[in-house]
Amino acid sequence: MHELSISNAIATVALDHAGERDVRSVQVRVGVLRQIVPESLTFCWEVVSRQPRLVGSTLEIEQVPGVVECSDCGARSTLTEYVLRCLACGSGLVKVLSGEEFLVTSIDVASADPPSAGVTSGGTPKDRMPVGTERKEG
Amino acid sequence: MGRYHRHEDGTVHVHDHDEEHDPGEHDLGDHTGYGTATERVEVLEAIFGENDRLAAANRDRFDAAGVRAVNLMSSPGAGKTQLLRRTLERLQGRVRVGIVEGDIETSLDADRLEGFGAAISLVNTGQGFGGECHLDAPMVASALPRLPLADLDVVIVENVGNLVCPAEFSIGEHAKAMVYAITEGEEKPLKYPVMFRAVDLVVVNKIDLLPHLDFDLDSFLENLRKVNPTVLVVLASARTGEGLDGWIDWIESQITR
Repeated sequence: MHELSISNAIATVALDHAGERDVRSVQVRVGVLRQIVPESLTFCWEVVSRQPRLVGSTLEIEQVPGVVECSDCGARSTLTEYVLRCLACGSGLVKVLSGEEFLVTSIDVASADPPSAGVTSGGTPKDRMPVGTERKEG
Repeated sequence: MGRYHRHEDGTVHVHDHDEEHDPGEHDLGDHTGYGTATERVEVLEAIFGENDRLAAANRDRFDAAGVRAVNLMSSPGAGKTQLLRRTLERLQGRVRVGIVEGDIETSLDADRLEGFGAAISLVNTGQGFGGECHLDAPMVASALPRLPLADLDVVIVENVGNLVCPAEFSIGEHAKAMVYAITEGEEKPLKYPVMFRAVDLVVVNKIDLLPHLDFDLDSFLENLRKVNPTVLVVLASARTGEGLDGWIDWIESQITR
């Protein structure tokens, strides 16, 4: 559920920037302190991407390690577990320098000029016939 | 659907080959082999940017009315509503409290909070980002018109009982607090660090049950401080009222008058 709502949010951002173009892949940057499970996120993306302009797109996740700077001894530590503590002196007074990232960095879109409306739809006229939109008189 | 694509020689054309397919299935096929040139578009936008913008708008509304907002979170059954009852009892006549109640399916929690002179707004979950596992900024925005913000000192938002999703969604609050029941065990801060790290204060609730449980308070506090070294802790029982002064003082300290 959690990763699903995140996937939906990613899709919204990607589509906003894609305009009319098809999205091939989406690059996201996620800090480890966000506790996102990449496998869950890519699984949810398979579901979320079943919509126009996202079909077949992939999600590329760049994980950013957690780095803290100690306010007591000044050391910088790269965290190895979810414990916010200076690895040099053990102080809990640390400032998080990285690991909280949570953004869409870029998208890859089809660069072919989008064909003008009416030419794109393809298929037979029968296929394009709107269903259930016939106006009822009276 | 015919699909346009560009060949390496620059020609663009479209295949009409969907006659025999169900179009829904067809669209799910792999088209990566088409060789269409791709273009990278820089985005650099927060995944919850839309929510964050709406949260900032909520915050502006609170600020314009001189109201402080507290986002109160917990797992289901930790005692948020009972704590709020006690809080309203204690603050009645002194501090003007508004409640945004994130009870999704029922008004049961809101009903329990009636009768203390507080303004209560049950949240509308029909809109918003991801379903019903948390409150997000648009849901809270929809609840605010039903509160007389200008006549309030503090708004407490009772979030949906969940230790995961609410931590990710800013709702425009000035401070975050959580209620944690000692019946939940010592290890939850390590399992749900994002939540425990997000909050300014933890009310460790149901402390009256301490003699009856195997709960190791020191071990819990150690785990909590591992993920949130600077968090404030109040040991309390919303049932007996024991230890609530620390929580009430904290709420009052949030108010800028």
